[in-house]
Amino acid sequence: MSRIKFDEEEYWNSSKFQAFTFDDEDDDLFQLKESKRAVNSLREIVDNDEDDELEKYSWSGEPVGSISWSIKESSSSSRAAGEVRNQGQQRCQSNAGPLSKQGSSYSLSSLFKGLNKPGTLNSFSDAFTDTSIKSFAPELRRPKAEYQDYGGDWSIEDTVRRMKRGKVYSLERFRSLKDKLQLLDEAVRLHDGNVITAVLIFLKRTLGTEIFFRELELRPVALQHFIHFLQEINDQKILQDLFRFLDHAEELALSMYRENLNIPNAEERRDFLKTKCIRLPFSADDATHIKDHYTLLERQIIIEANDKHLEASGQEEIFRKHPRKASILFMPLVTTLFYSCIYHYTEGEGTFSSPANLKKTFRIPEKQYVLTALAARAKLRAWHDVDALFTTKNWLGYTKKKAPIGFHRVVEILHKNSAPVQVLQDYVRLVDDVDLKLNIAIKYKCHNVVIDTYKDLKDRHQLMVYRCKVDRNSPEEEKIDHILSNLQIRWKN
Amino acid sequence: MAFSDRRDAPDLPDFALLKRLALDQLIYLLEQLPGKKDLFIEPDLMSPLDRIANVSILKQHEVDKLYKLENKPVYSNSDQLCFLIRPRIKHVKYIAGIVNADKAAKRTRKYKIIFSPLKLYVCDMVLEEQGIFGDVICDEWYFYLLPLDDDIISMELPEFYTDYFLEGDQRWLCTVAKALHVLNSLFGPFTKSYGIGRCAKMVYEMWKDLEDESEGDRKEKRPAVGSIFLFDRDVDYITPLCSQVVYEGLVDDIFRIKCGSVEFGPEVTSSDKSIKVLLNSQDKVFNEIRNEHFSNVFGFLSQKARNLQIQYDKRRGMDIKQMKTFVSQELKGLKQEHRLLSLHIGACESIMKKKTKQDFQDLLKTEHSLLEGFDIRESISFIEEHINRQVSPIESLRLLCLLSITENGLISKDYRSLKTQYLQSYGPEHLLTLYNLKRVGLLTEQVPGDTLTAVESKMSKLVTDKAAGKLSDAFSSLAKKSNFRGLSKKLNLIPHVDGEYDLKIPRDMAYIFSGAYIPLSCKIIEQVLDRKAWTGLEEVIRLLNGNEFADPLSEGSPTSDSQRLILAVFLGGCTFSEISALRFLGKSKGYRFIFLTTAITNSARLLEAVVETSLNVS
Repeated sequence: MSRIKFDEEEYWNSSKFQAFTFDDEDDDLFQLKESKRAVNSLREIVDNDEDDELEKYSWSGEPVGSISWSIKESSSSSRAAGEVRNQGQQRCQSNAGPLSKQGSSYSLSSLFKGLNKPGTLNSFSDAFTDTSIKSFAPELRRPKAEYQDYGGDWSIEDTVRRMKRGKVYSLERFRSLKDKLQLLDEAVRLHDGNVITAVLIFLKRTLGTEIFFRELELRPVALQHFIHFLQEINDQKILQDLFRFLDHAEELALSMYRENLNIPNAEERRDFLKTKCIRLPFSADDATHIKDHYTLLERQIIIEANDKHLEASGQEEIFRKHPRKASILFMPLVTTLFYSCIYHYTEGEGTFSSPANLKKTFRIPEKQYVLTALAARAKLRAWHDVDALFTTKNWLGYTKKKAPIGFHRVVEILHKNSAPVQVLQDYVRLVDDVDLKLNIAIKYKCHNVVIDTYKDLKDRHQLMVYRCKVDRNSPEEEKIDHILSNLQIRWKN
Repeated sequence: MAFSDRRDAPDLPDFALLKRLALDQLIYLLEQLPGKKDLFIEPDLMSPLDRIANVSILKQHEVDKLYKLENKPVYSNSDQLCFLIRPRIKHVKYIAGIVNADKAAKRTRKYKIIFSPLKLYVCDMVLEEQGIFGDVICDEWYFYLLPLDDDIISMELPEFYTDYFLEGDQRWLCTVAKALHVLNSLFGPFTKSYGIGRCAKMVYEMWKDLEDESEGDRKEKRPAVGSIFLFDRDVDYITPLCSQVVYEGLVDDIFRIKCGSVEFGPEVTSSDKSIKVLLNSQDKVFNEIRNEHFSNVFGFLSQKARNLQIQYDKRRGMDIKQMKTFVSQELKGLKQEHRLLSLHIGACESIMKKKTKQDFQDLLKTEHSLLEGFDIRESISFIEEHINRQVSPIESLRLLCLLSITENGLISKDYRSLKTQYLQSYGPEHLLTLYNLKRVGLLTEQVPGDTLTAVESKMSKLVTDKAAGKLSDAFSSLAKKSNFRGLSKKLNLIPHVDGEYDLKIPRDMAYIFSGAYIPLSCKIIEQVLDRKAWTGLEEVIRLLNGNEFADPLSEGSPTSDSQRLILAVFLGGCTFSEISALRFLGKSKGYRFIFLTTAITNSARLLEAVVETSLNVS
């Protein structure tokens, strides 16, 4: 999915915990690299790649001589000239084993006539000493065209069996409804989907729709095959008629809705959603989703036209500093919200493009909103906005910090966007859980928070340990010394 | 890995013969169109074809130019065009376009379409409709058994999963039945067969039909493979949805192994180009780490690197003559090993980087909580955060599905809220995706209490009533409940270990998931093989929604090696983790498993198969 790439991954993804910690094996890794280097140096001493048994690779990484490689070659060289280069001397893929090495100097058709050349086909002829294989093998290679046993008066069972084996058959003489249905039931009984579909094609052609649908309704396996067939040949009309007949409201609605995906033009798609989809018989929930889809696209078209113009005019600073990387059309709602938090953050709820308006129109949960806004504003390093996002005032006018996503997540996202320590530590302090707070503070080197926390915990030992980790003669060291010399504190250790 | 081998595992039959048969038939088909011809190959067939043939073989049979079949105009001067395709309508329509354009330009050429592995009647219909029936020669290439490794045969039909499990189309069933027929003729006769799942049962019946048809010409011979076990993918969705942590599975999850080979990008090769590498038992380094838990791989590789260093160091202080022997005798092997080693080290580094970035430890913790069924609320908010932060859409779906299957569906309130958030984060068109997931039973909403029991009792009546058997299909998505908690309890899928689970010396198959979970699919196979029947597993069968079978096919001497060779057939795909788990099981019980799968799968492939997105958004 190509969402607008504001380097999202970078800050969305977090790495609170290290996966698969192999700390103790880092040394090994280092050694591997050492040995790699040593080995690489050897390559220059004895460079005998010419008679190397290793596979050869072309620039594209495909083994030379492989079919995928050759096709890339012939398509990249001019097609009119197009002579496939001579691969005669090229080597086969090494794993193909004895068979590729033999080179096929024999003619296969002679083999099938029984003129086995002794010696050239070792493993092959060995395998055919067994009678059961002998009788099985010719069956494999007789071309379909050779079947000349055309008769005509086969029973239903015989006909279906012949169809299953790919032999000549004829359905035309099955004209009574009873015969037709028996044909279908026999095909279903033998489980062969290909034959079931073939019979269905015949039935569709020779039965009235009403009767055909009625019988299908009683035969779920056949019905599924028919639906799949209609989808494959993209016969929307009959498909929708069928769903209507069967009273499959949800499938009917979805199959009509699905058509919107094939409309590349945004305005046309919007109109299609409005006129064809909104009133479809969806469940209440899904109807809301479809309506939202329409509204979202409608908004995106407005925003896109407007912003394209703004960007081109070069008057808005934000567009100059952060040019748009892609159009906002057809993007998911969350991406649209992110976009709006980047380019239209300060707009009031009255404008369509404002985050507040999106939030209200699409009932975006607070948590989702805050996450997205935080990511966008941090991306722009607008720390004031970040601060405001978490500041609430109570009725007495006191301000309080609140986050619906947990401040440890806030810190993480800020860190991904390389927020300075001064900014980070304010939020680290807001983490409720002391252990978590300490961990995060250590991880992001928020020394002041670490020191204060140890002080609050009256943990002299840890403070002394931490003293070794801060820079010599730094203000942090000074602070620790100051605390340690404070006789007022009752250390627990 | 340390194993207490009970008996020596029997040797594997040589499946290279299958490649040979496929290649010979292809050559025969090409020779059926004598003279120079241009060959158009369908993209999905290119990698499989590469595994059995190469350009020079094709050229020897008068293939002039090779093209990838794309929806583009053709510039070919050849008088004969040959198309090698899967039986898909869009391909046939495209070819019809070429033929009709030639007709309009009064140009005559010969056309041949080779359908692999079979021609569907729908294709005939399209040929007829487009007015070119009879203008093109059609043939079938029965290429549906590709040995990817000594013990893995893939049918390379990933669409099997979508076509059968999502659309309910049984078009590929006969191909699997034929595959069994071929394997039975070459490496059988199989003496015993087991299976579970609706599809497994049908395939089994179709295969038996095929055997009956060709009954006359069977000769008594000693079988190489004793038993077969057919398994429907939807019997166990949990296992393929879990993050893979065994090396081969991890490589597949991250780099995507395609047809037994992987493309390592510049971040792995530490150069500016990508390299395609075959990953199989021929790769000595890979062979030793493929089944290992990732945490063991690093140690192993560094040990290996140290040894290599020592080997190389030998050349110090050599005189010219010694150096010459060294170069001619040892260097080649060392270089090969060096190349492989540096690739796998590079791959490990890259895996570590990616996994650290995506908070893998947290992710695994959530998965394990879901499997064990505790802290569900916490898991839900973890998933929510994934969605809110727009972490990859497939990752979020994977977790949602795991939640749904372990919990037997989401409660309505959660379902609705998570669905809304998902659509807001990843796009409203995923309404279709979620509908598909509901149909295959991967992500469902619990039906409120009363109606559930009513429907259920009605259902069980329908299912047991033979006459109404047909109807049960229509309700199959309703009938299928995952019952994971019950199964987990009954089969002890969550091992309880005192202290740490030792991943270096695994005690059971749970090691493939860090000791947290024994894969359900493999556990079922183990239980049935132990009992040589389903008896005693009645409760498990009920929880698995039935459709089990066990059928002795012929008398086989119970002591012979072949009895310990088991063909595990996965309908709808199997994962590398499952392969590793069964290899482990085989080693500890003296079995050897051969895997026949419609395709190699993993969580991403499973989910991508049902995801629907807009053309210009995807």
